[in-house]
Amino acid sequence: MRAAVIVFPGSNCDRDLAVAFEQAGFEVDMVWHKDAALPEDVDIVGVPGGFSYGDYLRCGAIAAQSPICKAVVDHTKRGGYAIGVCNGFQILTETGILPGALLRNAGLKYICRTVGLKVETSDSAFTEGYNAGDVIGIPIAHHDGNYFADDATLAKLQNQDRVAFTYTENPNGSVGNIAGILSENRRVLGMMPHPERAADDGHGGTDGTALFRALSGVLAPA
Amino acid sequence: MKARVHVMLKNGVLDPQGEAVRLALGAMGFDQVEGVRQGKVIDLELAEGATEADITEMCEKLLANTVIERYEVELV
Repeated sequence: MRAAVIVFPGSNCDRDLAVAFEQAGFEVDMVWHKDAALPEDVDIVGVPGGFSYGDYLRCGAIAAQSPICKAVVDHTKRGGYAIGVCNGFQILTETGILPGALLRNAGLKYICRTVGLKVETSDSAFTEGYNAGDVIGIPIAHHDGNYFADDATLAKLQNQDRVAFTYTENPNGSVGNIAGILSENRRVLGMMPHPERAADDGHGGTDGTALFRALSGVLAPA
Repeated sequence: MKARVHVMLKNGVLDPQGEAVRLALGAMGFDQVEGVRQGKVIDLELAEGATEADITEMCEKLLANTVIERYEVELV
């Protein structure tokens, strides 16, 4: 099993994400943003958190136009798996791979703390290690995590069971308390909270481990 | 040729920064301020031959996120 973690100038969760993949049994390639192609045989792409390109213009906007992101778009169009965490979620919305956008937190403050997340669906390679309704503790660390989608998009996400996680107490103003969403084919997950920062006893919590383990269960060669 | 692009959050999209500015103005005693929306101005210096269609494409693909923002182009 092979995971590719994209590295942008300003990424700061790339190594954490790589370690979480490795602990779940993946071989990990770190892929520089100027590369135009993903390594062959990549099973999943991880778009990490951080402040790609200094959040200039809009969070994720410049990164979404980088050469590697065109390859990531192609990968997802072919039905490939991808996960975007925090800035990675912002980048996935800016590329159009996932719908909606992330706005400035309603309270204007950067928030860094562990929050309660309700697992809304276990029907995905990312969430099948949880039960729908489970409440898990995962850290957030963001200034622009206020998920926005218009009413039609929101209804579609909810009707298609594509809301993966909601906040038990909305920290940032996200519409519908949304913390993470799935693509239509359920193979791309974008989420503001950081499961890779809750994947080792040293992190103070391991509620994110089940996400990476579930992925390795789905993507392991038969 | 120069163009000035104005990017604003769409009506109905919460603008917490504009709201913070409104509250600050109110705290300073400017009671007449009923609403503030904050946006961006982007100045483009363009080579000869650039068209309005080029600028529109730039806006659609990068300068604005049309999920949440609207834009206006002013040729100057």
